[in-house]
Amino acid sequence: MPRLTLTINNRSVSARRGESILSAARRSGSDIPTLCNLGGLIPAGACRVCLVEVAGYPRPVPACATRAEQGMVVTTDTERLTAARRMIVELLLAERNHSCAVCVMNQHCQLQDLAARLGIDHVRFAFISPLAGVDISHERFGIDHNRCILCRRCVRVCDEIEGAHTWDVDGRGAASRIICDLAQPWGTSATCTGCGKCVQACPTGALFEKDAPTKKATIDMERLSEWRRSRK
Amino acid sequence: MTRPRLATVWLSGCSGCHMSLLNLHGDLLGVLEQCDLVYSPLADIKEYPHGVDIVLVEGAVANEDNREMAGIIRRRSACVVSLGDCAVNGNVSALRNPSGLAATLGRVYGEAPPGHDVAQLLPRAVPLHQVIGVDAFLPGCPPAPERIRRLLTCLLQGQPAGLPPEMISFG
Repeated sequence: MPRLTLTINNRSVSARRGESILSAARRSGSDIPTLCNLGGLIPAGACRVCLVEVAGYPRPVPACATRAEQGMVVTTDTERLTAARRMIVELLLAERNHSCAVCVMNQHCQLQDLAARLGIDHVRFAFISPLAGVDISHERFGIDHNRCILCRRCVRVCDEIEGAHTWDVDGRGAASRIICDLAQPWGTSATCTGCGKCVQACPTGALFEKDAPTKKATIDMERLSEWRRSRK
Repeated sequence: MTRPRLATVWLSGCSGCHMSLLNLHGDLLGVLEQCDLVYSPLADIKEYPHGVDIVLVEGAVANEDNREMAGIIRRRSACVVSLGDCAVNGNVSALRNPSGLAATLGRVYGEAPPGHDVAQLLPRAVPLHQVIGVDAFLPGCPPAPERIRRLLTCLLQGQPAGLPPEMISFG
């Protein structure tokens, strides 16, 4: 396998050709915060929390969706990046209705954890407070759009690992919504296999299990994805 | 040296943050030894006094009375602290915002919403810092007693409220 060398936070790091900056940085001990990234899924660059600076680039790039290149000089923790990450998460919090106190994932939510890690003790922007809606038509699961951050982990896991592609995105920008099949109630879906991988992949309380404590990330997506590739 | 003057205020919240303050139990005595409590729903004082050094404000700004009180707090206090998720980001008090004011009143009171003898609701319940300047934030629903103790200890010693990440999480 061809290898290349780049610099991350003043340290020389070796990477495989085609490997992302995020993966190379993590191996070298630089901890870049992420939200939409999930091992085993194709990176989407949806949340922009993993932004890094690359010398010579005019603006920060998402580490999950940018390939490491020979001689690249990457910085992952500048003041500008900290400010950008903080603003991104504050905007996510202002965009929908994230009331941690009444959420099934309180204390187990990756958005909540990330906000605290970034030092967000309040949101500087006015809350949009949209009437986003809840779909509990499925027998075992529900989706609460008020808590969705449009990371598309559910869309990707359903397509790439389960192979059902029940979920997709409708609309653009902040008006986007995760939809089921042809924008129909989840309970009427002809493609959903009821596997629950989307619930497992969701970083917030947007996708949840009914009548049961929702335990997330108990499925190893990376190993599932290897298993799936081996069967193709 | 005069002791710092501490106040606590209850706007539109459930009083859980004040309960959490009381849950400091014995430590509360230690805190009160370092300051004078000059206004609080826990004390029988009618008017918000002048010259308050530190004020802990619980609850969102959800009605006209809250908004008026917020203005008084800001004019008469040096350091305003948003205490708990309702003051910090609206939280449960702001759950009505997506539905709108008319729908909320209709849902609760049917066809006869209360008249002018009670405080008029604002169109939206908003965080305190969208109405007045706020100097420090303490999230949590409610903020754990230990968080309140740490924050008050810093502020009473005239230091900035630098809390570690695990002490500033929402919810």
